[in-house]
Amino acid sequence: MELIRYPLRMYSFERLSHPAPAGSEPGKPVHAHAATASAGFGSPGTDATVKRIDLNDALIRHPQATFVMRTKGDAMRDAGIDDGDVLLVDRALQARSGQVVVAVVDGDLVCRRLVQGAEGVRLQAAAPGRADIAIPMGGQLELWGVVTTVIKSLLG
Amino acid sequence: MPTHHAHAGIYALVDANNMYVSCERVFQPRLAGKPVVVLSSNDGACIARSNEAKDLGVKMAQPWFQVRHLEKTAGLIALSANFELYGDMSSRMMAVEARYAPRQEVYSIDESFLDFTGVRGDLVAIGRDLRAAVLRETGLPTSVGFGSTKTLAKLANHVAKTADRKPLPYPRRLAQVCNFGRMNPDELKQVFAATEVGAIWGVGRRIAARLNEGGVRTALDLSRCDAAALRRKFSVTLEKTLLELRGTPCLDLDVSPVVRQQILVSRSFGKAVTDPAGIVEAVSEFASRAAEKLRAQGSVAGAVNVFFTTSPFRQHDRQHGVSITVPLVRPVADTRILVGAATSVVGQMFRRGINYLKAGVMLMDLRPAGLVQGELDLFEEANRKGLVEGTPARPALMATVDALNLKFGRDSVRFGCTSAATHGAELRSWATRQERRSPRYTTRWEEMFGVAA
Repeated sequence: MELIRYPLRMYSFERLSHPAPAGSEPGKPVHAHAATASAGFGSPGTDATVKRIDLNDALIRHPQATFVMRTKGDAMRDAGIDDGDVLLVDRALQARSGQVVVAVVDGDLVCRRLVQGAEGVRLQAAAPGRADIAIPMGGQLELWGVVTTVIKSLLG
Repeated sequence: MPTHHAHAGIYALVDANNMYVSCERVFQPRLAGKPVVVLSSNDGACIARSNEAKDLGVKMAQPWFQVRHLEKTAGLIALSANFELYGDMSSRMMAVEARYAPRQEVYSIDESFLDFTGVRGDLVAIGRDLRAAVLRETGLPTSVGFGSTKTLAKLANHVAKTADRKPLPYPRRLAQVCNFGRMNPDELKQVFAATEVGAIWGVGRRIAARLNEGGVRTALDLSRCDAAALRRKFSVTLEKTLLELRGTPCLDLDVSPVVRQQILVSRSFGKAVTDPAGIVEAVSEFASRAAEKLRAQGSVAGAVNVFFTTSPFRQHDRQHGVSITVPLVRPVADTRILVGAATSVVGQMFRRGINYLKAGVMLMDLRPAGLVQGELDLFEEANRKGLVEGTPARPALMATVDALNLKFGRDSVRFGCTSAATHGAELRSWATRQERRSPRYTTRWEEMFGVAA
C-alpha cells in the first residue's frame, strides 16, 4: 500500500516480496522471509541492484495479510502507541505472548498486549487506570492480527 | 488411495462464501451470525446476502424496498456496496490462493480456478490448508471443490459450500473442501442424484426449466443424456457441459451469458512479460473484451480495476503484485474510456526486473445502461481528461444549486435519479447512500479502520 497519497482519487495496492529460500518444495506454501532480520523489518534484499529504500518493502512482510489501522484511544500509551497513531497489523503472523495484537472482543476490534499466564489469557492494557480484558481458561479468543509497526506522524 | 504420484488433469475452484458480506464482517465482526445484505449502488437491489439473510427468504437481486421491512421485524442489516474494499480484498485472497498451485485463473471477484496438474499430495489436505491460509490472512471463508474438469470443480465447490451450510442434501464430510476425484462411483452418483440440474455451471434457469420438462431434473439425469441429442435440442455449449460433467475437459468452455455484477477478463501469460508495453497491450485487450461483454449485457461500469502480478508459485522469482481501481466519474460502457482508464495506471506501478505472469481487468460497480439519465454536464473538464473521479465540478453551477437549496430548503435540487427498478420511488441522495456504505478501509488513507485502544 502507498504511504504517500496521490493527488488524484486513485489508489493502488502493491505487494513486493523477496524470493523464497532455496530448497523450498513446489506445492508447499511459501513462508516468506525466513531471512528476515530479528529487528522485525524486512531484509533489504540479497540482489545486486541498488534502489532507494522503499517503506513498503522494508515494513511489510506479508502484503496480502497486512492492514493499516488508526488507533482510537490511549489504553496502549505506555506501549508507545498513542491515540491517532497508525498501526500495521499482520494477520499472517502467529501471535505470541507479549506481542501487541488486535483482537475481537464483543464483536469489535481492540488493540491490546496478548499475555499468556497460568490463569488464562489476558488482553493487557498499557496505561494507568485502563482495565485488562481477561479470557478465562477454556474460553475462546479470536485474534485478528499482530501489530508489527507503529507509525507516528509528528506534523499536525 | 495413492497420493504420492502427481495428479493428472485436476482443477480446483475456490470461492469466497458470500463475498461482499464476508468482507464487511472482517472489519465488523459483530455482523457475524446476523442477517446482512449488501445493496447495489443505483437500483437498491440486494446483490449479496449472508446465510442468515438467505434463511429469511431474501432472494438474489431482490429489490431493497421489498425486504426493507425485515430491518425492523428480523434485524436485517443493509450496507451499500463498497466495491473498492471488495476489489482489494479479492486481490489479497487471490494472492494467497496462488501459492498453492502452478496456474491460477482468476474467474471473477470471488472465484478462481487453480490447476493442480502435477502437484503432489492429498488434495483434500492441501485444500484445507489453502482454506485455512485464506481465512487467517484475509478473514474470508471459502469453499474448495476439486474435479477433473472445470465444470466438475465448480460442482464440487457447490457441494462443499452447501454441505457447510445445511445437513441436506450432501453429507457433512464433504463440507468446505470436496474432492470428486477422491470419491468412489457410488458416492459420486448419490451426489449427482441429489443435485438439481440448475446448479450446474452453464445451465441457466431457462435451460433448467426446459430440461425439467423433458424429465431431466438432476445432474445424474443430465449425465445420462445423449450428447448429440442435447446438442441438437439445446446448444453445443450444453453438450460441452455434459462432456465436462462426464470428466472430459473441453477447452474454451464458454458459459452462457449471465448478467454479472462484475466483468473480469484476465489471462496468465505463457512467457513472463518484463516491459511495460507488454502489460499495456494485454490490459488494452482485456479492457476491450470486457467492454464488449459489458455492452452485451446492457450495463455500464462505474469503476475499472486493473491488476498484474507475478506467479507466487514460481518461488525463485521476485514477487510483485499490483491491483489498482480507477473510479469513473460517470458510469460508461465506452471502450475508449475504459481502455484509457485501464492503461493509464500501468506505467506508474510497473517495476523493472520483475517477471509478470498474469494480468487482468475487472469492471465493477455495474448498473443498467438505461438508468443513467441525461444529466447536467457537471464534469466537463473530467470528460476531456478521461473521467477520473475527483475533478471538481463547474463552480458556477454548483453555486447556483447551493443558492437554490438555501432559498427553497435543503435538497430542493438533488443529484438523484428515479428508476424503474424501484417503481418510481426516489432513490436516496448521495449523502444518505454513503451512510450505508462502510469506509474504504484499505484503499483510502483517510478512511482507514479505527481500532479501539
